[in-house]
Amino acid sequence: MSIVGRLREGLRRTAERWTGRLERLTRSSAAGGSPGAETLEALEELLIEADVGVSTAARIVARIGDDGAGDLRARVRTEILGVLAGAAAPAAEVPAPRVVLVVGVNGTGKTTTVGKLAHRCRLEGETPLICAADTFRAAAVEQIAVWAERASVDIVRAGDGADPASVVFDSISAARARGRDVVFVDTAGRLHTRADLMGELAKIRRVAGRAASGAPHEVLLVIDATVGQNGIAQARRFMETAGVTGIVLTKLDGTAKGGVAVAIAGELGVPIRYVGVGEGIDDLLPFSAEDYVAALFEKAW
Amino acid sequence: MFQVLGSRLQDVFGSLRREVRLTPETVERTLREIRLALLEADVNFKVVKAFVDRVRDRATERKVLDSLTPSQQVVAIVRDELLKLFGDSPAGLSTAAERPQVVLLVGLQGSGKTTTTAKLGRWLVGQGRHPLLVSTDVRRPAAIEQLAVLGRDAELRVHEGGTGDPVRRAASAVSEARKLGFDVVLVDTAGRLHVDDELMQEIVAIREAVEPSDLLFVADAMTGQDAVRSAGEFNHRLGVTGVVLTKLDGDARGGAALSVVSVVGVPVVFAATGERMNDLEPFRPERLVSRLLGLGDVLSLVERAEQAIDRDDAVSMATRIRRNEITLDDLKQQMRAVGRMGPLNQVLGMIPGLGSRMPAADVDAGALTRMVAIIDSMTAHERRNPTVMNGSRRRRVARGSGTTVQEVNRLLRQFAQMRKVLKSVGGTSRRKGKRRRMALPAMR
Repeated sequence: MSIVGRLREGLRRTAERWTGRLERLTRSSAAGGSPGAETLEALEELLIEADVGVSTAARIVARIGDDGAGDLRARVRTEILGVLAGAAAPAAEVPAPRVVLVVGVNGTGKTTTVGKLAHRCRLEGETPLICAADTFRAAAVEQIAVWAERASVDIVRAGDGADPASVVFDSISAARARGRDVVFVDTAGRLHTRADLMGELAKIRRVAGRAASGAPHEVLLVIDATVGQNGIAQARRFMETAGVTGIVLTKLDGTAKGGVAVAIAGELGVPIRYVGVGEGIDDLLPFSAEDYVAALFEKAW
Repeated sequence: MFQVLGSRLQDVFGSLRREVRLTPETVERTLREIRLALLEADVNFKVVKAFVDRVRDRATERKVLDSLTPSQQVVAIVRDELLKLFGDSPAGLSTAAERPQVVLLVGLQGSGKTTTTAKLGRWLVGQGRHPLLVSTDVRRPAAIEQLAVLGRDAELRVHEGGTGDPVRRAASAVSEARKLGFDVVLVDTAGRLHVDDELMQEIVAIREAVEPSDLLFVADAMTGQDAVRSAGEFNHRLGVTGVVLTKLDGDARGGAALSVVSVVGVPVVFAATGERMNDLEPFRPERLVSRLLGLGDVLSLVERAEQAIDRDDAVSMATRIRRNEITLDDLKQQMRAVGRMGPLNQVLGMIPGLGSRMPAADVDAGALTRMVAIIDSMTAHERRNPTVMNGSRRRRVARGSGTTVQEVNRLLRQFAQMRKVLKSVGGTSRRKGKRRRMALPAMR
């Protein structure tokens, strides 16, 4: 299946009800004319229901209201695309080993994402190494070990309760010794409000920087598509302490729309890099704003 | 938990208090703010709409507008209506007579089912029950092992079925429980999407095999608008008896809880408030609503203090205070007790009027640890007689505790002040008779 095809498959449920309502909304508004107050209010509710958030929704709706004539659907699409385009993805060339830190709150799918990322990298001809730095959660290392095996990728691990920063240091050294291109670091889930655990993340960053210059080169924040407005608070805090460079939006195969990612891109300027659309090892796709919005609005499947 | 929603509403009510009279315009402005606060808290937009309409109806009644304390009236109405949303179903588990009682935990991936299963086990032990845990998650790598490790750490028995079939694993746990006399079986399941027919069928099969008295839907407090759909679908297919709200120790506004309760009609029965095994408690809506409205959570605070402070310690401490014999050792003990009440920011969040004003990350829990370290670095003699602490001793203690001389100075100064205050308290109790005589005229 093509990449767009799989994204569409994943987003199908997401879109079904949403687009249905948007359809009705578009039809009820006079074709091509200025949308009425009632239509705009309904549109705002629709966006809020997609977890886009009150302020971002209000901004989009206000722009559409001011805009005057035109096809409502096309205008909504343009507005959301505009918000997402503001946060474009940078992919700078760095000397090997490239260090990618994967962070996030508990239960968003960090470990699964690391497994899928490593698999993806290997298929693209790179030689990745997985670092099991979640030494806190019970059996987290065993879980990532299974993913490493599925992806046929080496793993560097330490015992439960070991200092995660030291595992990261060892992994980077090992990657250099074995001549690997990328190190994916799976970190323990932590709530962004826990100052001590966020401090631990800052330490991992420092130690990584000591092991390889400029590391971590990428910090991916994993956001669960079902999360609501708290996603913005999460992104903000993780940006402050971990220097997040991109978002991975997971669990898009449910009915949740992950609209908070639009708000994050809009308010914090962090690009969405990947989307998770299933439990299979291939179910991680590079994010494309065009495809995402198109898939959300597509009528025929 | 819920501080952010609380602080928004507190701002709203603060501005309302400054109004002398309530006009339809001020009510409307307030309602707009309430709507915004609830939407930002991820409360389902339909619930918000209905809620705001109900509050408007009641707030614009003549007797409210004409009353002398209109702002308090509105606060009372909002509180009332929020409580109504939560309903009055009892929290905790059902009181099924069946032995073993079977509890099935279900939910989306990553909501915290496995951790909750272990925490619920600990809670049941605290209730004098004998739980047996079993994982039926044969899908997620190392999920069974995760529950085994959690169970071992929490001293709970975890069923070790060798089979890879979820239904048989659950059934064999129940028969083991029957054989060995465990009175509750907690069945952890694999995370699944509510739209995944095949996996939802699997839970139906497990349910039919073990006939649970409680089917708990574990939901992440950070869930957005989708909560209504996922909880609704689980309930529709499986008949959920209660919701467990997890990750409440973050700054999630938890509006999803409100939505699930009012749209799906399933009560929240437990709340998980931290990563430690005992951070699970029966959900109490009245506490939550009080917190939302800035009334603080005094009930929880008292309960935690009771758990943390040893009664005998408290009595001997009181005696020493009376005799003015308090030492730095006593101070340390007090700090330890405060530490035992939980993370400092959690405790502070429960104090009325303080919770919403204090961003969680600003509280320096490390200060407590450092003070204990300073006291630990003193000799027994120094702890009893802090007056001997000269410059050289202070430098040694600072070095030993990894702090600075300034911090040592501050601690000693605080202790001296504390002693002075306590001296006056202790002094009055010795002159009890005199005080009573002085108090009498005022009573006439």
